[in-house]
Amino acid sequence: MSPASTPAPGAPAAAVTRAEYCVIACAEAWRDNGEVLASPMGPIPSIGARLAQRTFSPDLLLTDGEAMLVGLDGTPEGWLPYRRHLAMVTGGRRHVMMGASQLDRFGNQNISCVGDWSRPTRQLLGVRGAPVNTLNNPTSYWVPRHSPRVFVERVDMVCGVGYDRAAAAGPSATRFHRIPRVVSDLGVFDFATSDHSMRLASLHPGVTVEQVREATGFELSVPDEVPRTREPTPEELRLIREVIDPGGARDREVRS
Amino acid sequence: MSDKTMTTDEVVSRLHSGMTLGIGGWGSRRKPMALVRALLRTKITDLTVVSYGGPDVGLLAAAGRIHRLVTAFTTLDSIPLEPHYRAARERGAFELTEVDEAMFMWGLHAAANRLPFLPVRAGLGSDVMRVNPGLRTVTSPYADASSGVREELVAMPALRLDAALVHMNRADRLGNGQYLGPDPYFDDLFCEAADAAYVSCERVVDTAELTKEAAPQTLLLKRSSVTGVVETPNGAHFTSCAPDHGRDEPFQELYATTPYAEFAARFLAGDEQAYQSAVRAWHKEQR
Repeated sequence: MSPASTPAPGAPAAAVTRAEYCVIACAEAWRDNGEVLASPMGPIPSIGARLAQRTFSPDLLLTDGEAMLVGLDGTPEGWLPYRRHLAMVTGGRRHVMMGASQLDRFGNQNISCVGDWSRPTRQLLGVRGAPVNTLNNPTSYWVPRHSPRVFVERVDMVCGVGYDRAAAAGPSATRFHRIPRVVSDLGVFDFATSDHSMRLASLHPGVTVEQVREATGFELSVPDEVPRTREPTPEELRLIREVIDPGGARDREVRS
Repeated sequence: MSDKTMTTDEVVSRLHSGMTLGIGGWGSRRKPMALVRALLRTKITDLTVVSYGGPDVGLLAAAGRIHRLVTAFTTLDSIPLEPHYRAARERGAFELTEVDEAMFMWGLHAAANRLPFLPVRAGLGSDVMRVNPGLRTVTSPYADASSGVREELVAMPALRLDAALVHMNRADRLGNGQYLGPDPYFDDLFCEAADAAYVSCERVVDTAELTKEAAPQTLLLKRSSVTGVVETPNGAHFTSCAPDHGRDEPFQELYATTPYAEFAARFLAGDEQAYQSAVRAWHKEQR
C-alpha cells in the first residue's frame, strides 16, 4: 500500500464510500448464520463475507474459490469439490449471495438469458445452481448497478425461485426456501411484507427513496420510515481498507 | 489384461454422428480438448452433447456439430460468458436442454446406477420445468413424520451417454485414471454413465507409479469403466489442468475475441501436434 493512502495517526479517516456501505450491507447478510458456508459471488460480497467472518460471524466457513475450505489466513481446513459443494447446498448448511441479471418483486432471479428462451436476444450464463440453491439454502442477491433493466416486472427465465413461484409449486418447494436480502448499490431490500413482495429495508447514505423508485421497474414496498444502512465501525473500515481489500477491488465494482 | 492405449484419431473413429456424448471437466477446467479438437477434424455432427460447458461446447457449437446441448451453464470462468456458445444460441443453432447443476449431477448418478431417474428438489418452481416440458415429478411414497406431507419432487431422468470423453493428469495402459488437482469434477460419473469412455491424459505411466507419490483416493477412474486411453500432453489446453498446468489465459482471451473461422484456420486446420506448435508460435509472437 502506498504511504499516501494511509492517514497519519490521529488524522481523520477518509469518508466512507458507497462501495464500503455495500460491503457492510453484504456482510450483514451472514450475521447470526452460525457454522454455515458463506458463498459470495462477486468482489463486494466476497469482501463482505470475509469481513463478517473476521468480526461478528467467526464461525462461518469460506472457500478459496476452488475446492478448499480455508481459514482467515488461507490455511486449508476442509475439502469442498463441486460434488460436495452440491451436498452442502441440499443439506442447507450454506448461505449463498448470487448475482442477478434480472430480479422481480417476489425475488425470482434470472441469469440464463434475456428475451425468449427458445431464441434469446442475449444468451447469458445459464441457470447454473440457482434452482437448487433457492430451494435448499438461504439465497441472497447482490446487484452492483441498480436499474430498471435488472429490477424488472417479470424475469425472462426463472432460475432462482422467488416467493410466489415457490408457493405455487407447493410444500416441497417452500420447505427450505428463503431469500434473506437483496443488496444493491442503492440500498438493502427484503421480503418482510404480507405477500412476500420486495421491500426497501435500508437506504445507503446519500441515496433517496425517489432514486430507488426510479431505478426499480416494479412497485416497491416502501415503509414510512426507511432506515439508513448502518455505518461501519472504525475497526471494520480498517479491516476492509488495509487487510481484506487493500487493492480497492470494491471501488472498481461500485464507484463513489 | 488388455492394453487400452490408442490415438486420438482411433478414439474419434469409434464415434459417429447422432451420438450422445458426455464431456467431462467443468467450465474452462480440465476439458479433454485434444479429443474435442480431434472430433472437429472429423465430419461427425448431429451430436447430443452433455457437459458442464466450457470451450468444448463453444467450439462444437461454433462448428455446427451440436444438435442438442444438455447443460446447466457454459462459461470460460475467467471470461464469464462463452462468446461462441452465445452466438450459436442467439442464432438458434441447436436445441437446448437446460437443467440445474445438481439436476445434471443426479442425472449422471442415475445413469451410472442404471436407474431411470432420481428424485431431486431442484427445479420445482423454476422455469427449468417450463423449458423442459418432458420433466415429470414423483410423489414420495413416505410421509414426513412431523408434517404428514408426502413430498412432490422432480424425477430427474438418467443422462445415459453413448460415449464419454474426459481428461486426467495420469492414467495407466489398463484404463485406471488419476486426477492430481483439487477437484475430480464429475469425470468418474461421466465414465460410469457411458457405454464407452475415452480418457486422455497428460502422461501414461506404469500402474505402480500411480500411487508411488500420490494418495490412493486420487485414482478416480476404474479401468472397468474405461474403454480407451490416449496420451495427450497439454491435451487440456487452453483449459486448466492443475497441477500440470494452469489455464492459458492469454490464449483463451485470443480464442474468445477471434471469429471462429479465423481461429480454426490458424489453429485447428492440422493435427494435435500442429495445434500445439501453432500455440507455441503464437506465444512467441506475443513476447
